[in-house]
Amino acid sequence: MRGPIVKYWRKPLDLDRVNVPRGEVHIIVDRCKGCKFCVEYCPKDVLEMSDEFNIKGYHPPKVVKHGECVDCNLCEMVCPEFAIFSVAVTEVGAGGGAPAQGRASKEGTK
Amino acid sequence: MRANAAGVLTGEHYLDGDYACGEGAMAAGCRFVAGYPITPSTEVVERIAKRFPLMGGTFIQMEDELASMAAIIGASWTGTKSMTVTSGPGFSLMMENIGLAAMMETPCVVVNVQRGGPSTGLPTMVGQADMMQARWGSHGDYEIIALSPQSPQEAFDMTIDAFNLSELYRVPVMFMMDECVGHMTEKVVIPKPEDIEMVPRKLTDKPPAEFLPYVPDENLVPEFARAGDGYRFHTTGLTHDERGYPVMSVDCQRVSITRLVDKIRLNADKIVRFDEEQTDGADVVLVTYGITARVARRAIDLARRKGVKVGVIRLIVAWPFPEKRIRELAGKIKAFVVPEINYGQMVLEVERCAEGKASAILVPHMGGGVHNPMDIVNAIMEAAK
Amino acid sequence: MSKAVKQTAPPVAPPEPELPAEPQHPVTPYLRMDRIPHIWCPTCGIGTVVRCFVDALVQSKVDLDKTAICSGIGCTGRVAGYLKLDAFHSTHGRPIPFATGLKMARPELLVTVFSGDGDLVGIGGNHFIHAARRNMDILVVLVNNFIYGMTGGQNAPTTPLTAKSSTMPFGNYERPFNLPHLAESCGATYVARWTSLHVRRLTKSFREGIKRKGFRFIEVVAPCSTLYARLNKLGDGFNLMQFYHDTAVVMNGADTREAAIDFQQRIICGKFVDEERPTFIDMMHEHYEKVLGDRYVPTPPEGGMIQGLEDEPSRATEQPKKASKRKPSKGAAVKGGDDGAK
Repeated sequence: MRGPIVKYWRKPLDLDRVNVPRGEVHIIVDRCKGCKFCVEYCPKDVLEMSDEFNIKGYHPPKVVKHGECVDCNLCEMVCPEFAIFSVAVTEVGAGGGAPAQGRASKEGTK
Repeated sequence: MRANAAGVLTGEHYLDGDYACGEGAMAAGCRFVAGYPITPSTEVVERIAKRFPLMGGTFIQMEDELASMAAIIGASWTGTKSMTVTSGPGFSLMMENIGLAAMMETPCVVVNVQRGGPSTGLPTMVGQADMMQARWGSHGDYEIIALSPQSPQEAFDMTIDAFNLSELYRVPVMFMMDECVGHMTEKVVIPKPEDIEMVPRKLTDKPPAEFLPYVPDENLVPEFARAGDGYRFHTTGLTHDERGYPVMSVDCQRVSITRLVDKIRLNADKIVRFDEEQTDGADVVLVTYGITARVARRAIDLARRKGVKVGVIRLIVAWPFPEKRIRELAGKIKAFVVPEINYGQMVLEVERCAEGKASAILVPHMGGGVHNPMDIVNAIMEAAK
Repeated sequence: MSKAVKQTAPPVAPPEPELPAEPQHPVTPYLRMDRIPHIWCPTCGIGTVVRCFVDALVQSKVDLDKTAICSGIGCTGRVAGYLKLDAFHSTHGRPIPFATGLKMARPELLVTVFSGDGDLVGIGGNHFIHAARRNMDILVVLVNNFIYGMTGGQNAPTTPLTAKSSTMPFGNYERPFNLPHLAESCGATYVARWTSLHVRRLTKSFREGIKRKGFRFIEVVAPCSTLYARLNKLGDGFNLMQFYHDTAVVMNGADTREAAIDFQQRIICGKFVDEERPTFIDMMHEHYEKVLGDRYVPTPPEGGMIQGLEDEPSRATEQPKKASKRKPSKGAAVKGGDDGAK
């Protein structure tokens, strides 16, 4: 199955040769302090603040645009709590492969 | 273990106390010195600056005494024996970082060539008025070791002692010279390296995964790990636990302070050192240290010729104070006489330990010169009544 | 732009609790995870700077066993406590001379000072200018939040004019430092300023700083939510990040005299100075080699610590020695304590 449908204003000439990276967002929910940096600065607007509370009473982010993460790691770099990171999802062939998912994970810290 | 030959200037020399102290440091294995010029101590580092480049040592003149003290603590954490040198005003500036050295349990030596104080005082003239400051100068509860030499030969020998003690107990050691001893030139015999005992840094042999920086041994002293050896430890001036992590709790403070102080107090018997002479059956015992001990010799001879039974306790290790011996003697003698070049510092310790059983008579000298022996004689005669 | 390293390295710390095979945050092997979560406030920028620094260390492939961190007192001063390196949390204002001692005594170490504006250029100002003057081979990362955060928001030497703080409740009327200019004029050989929003450029700057020699100074403007932003009614750290986004400009090579920061005015970021000059240690070696020739014995890179019984042969010394056929003088064979040397 092809990747998500992407609309280009102008189709790049090497579109069929370039592999847009895909990433999987991991959120360490209980470390988050709700600063919103990741939501604001994700270049693909993959994240939004959720309405849930984590163990400390903050609203962690959640992935709203599944499959759009391009593993740029900006969320990971900008998060001051080391609470979010992305992992590359390996593609099967150019432009193909399983769609990326976001997964909220609780990694054993308070 | 014997000293490293590179630093030992074996032979007979005619040196002043400052130079002898520098030689002692080099013989003891010191290889990092940071200092700031201050009379009357500067000659120590001048000597070291001349010889260090020939033996792999590094001397750096820092921008002030605070930096000097901080630098020697940093250097000590690489495993290098380090020392700084100063006098009264610089000693005051170093106090915060002396507390840091005590808290981090960093072996290092601080040489204070005492001069007249307070404040700028008498830069080129003798004083002995920093003795209490050596013990209590930094804030909080901690204990240090302080030594007091009376001659250039002792300035050499006891500097080696100072380094050894700081390694054994992981504590900053205050080397309390005075300007007279510092600027006095006498014969100093420097032995061969194999005749000098040097205590090396007690490094841990545990692997990094098992090592915790502040686990005490049976003497309450932890093992050391060098920065750069892969131990990746953390150490801080905050109250910390055995991992070196800051912990703000009453329990951690209690455990930490108790050990920092007991490390010296409970080992005091092994650390305390003094010269004792004719105290058995004495009526009056002099308690002296530094240059005053030599001036007092004249007074003691004169008093003895007049028939007074005078004993002497000369402090070699001034802190921890030889409480036990003073307490013992207090019950048997009439009085202690304490001549010092200040308006009463070590006499307070003598008085405290005497517990009223013997009086403690101060023979003060405000500084700038040494006592007139007759003043001491008169005090002895008074005391013997 | 390179990605964070995948954490396939085994943990060096006490073993982590058993987790299902989920990926770990890439920073995990480099932090003291038993102390996470850290103490910094929500929307504080220090965590971001630490993340970028760890990334740069990993990308630079430096030997982390030979990397030491010194911090002072303050919020940024707590950084040493979280990095899994030889870390020293010294007294207020003194990490720079502490780092000097570490570096001079064991020259092979990569020594970084990580501290705040009040610590490094307030109380520590004297040490800052002298280390820069000497071109001491240390990397200094100064996180500038324009205030003394940890102690409750007092005026700092970097607080812009008119900004409020707890000791200037009616607004600051004291001129602040222009830090890149200060560093450059004292002789720093690498001077850069970024904000904590410029994560990639900051990481690159850290990488450059790690590789260079000499006094390297990187100022990172970071939000302080609880004190600076609150006392000046600027919202929280998120609003400050938006402010950096809107007003920070990147001007590499700009004249540092123009780099002063006014209250809520543009922040000029960039790499301002990048030179190669002999470091303090280089100059020391060069000079002694010239003046002393073969007699010069430098401190070895692994440090001047003396252990073990195999001693170096006696070196030529300044003064001739007399024959030493005498017994050691009283007190020469000295022991530290009566229990014998260990």
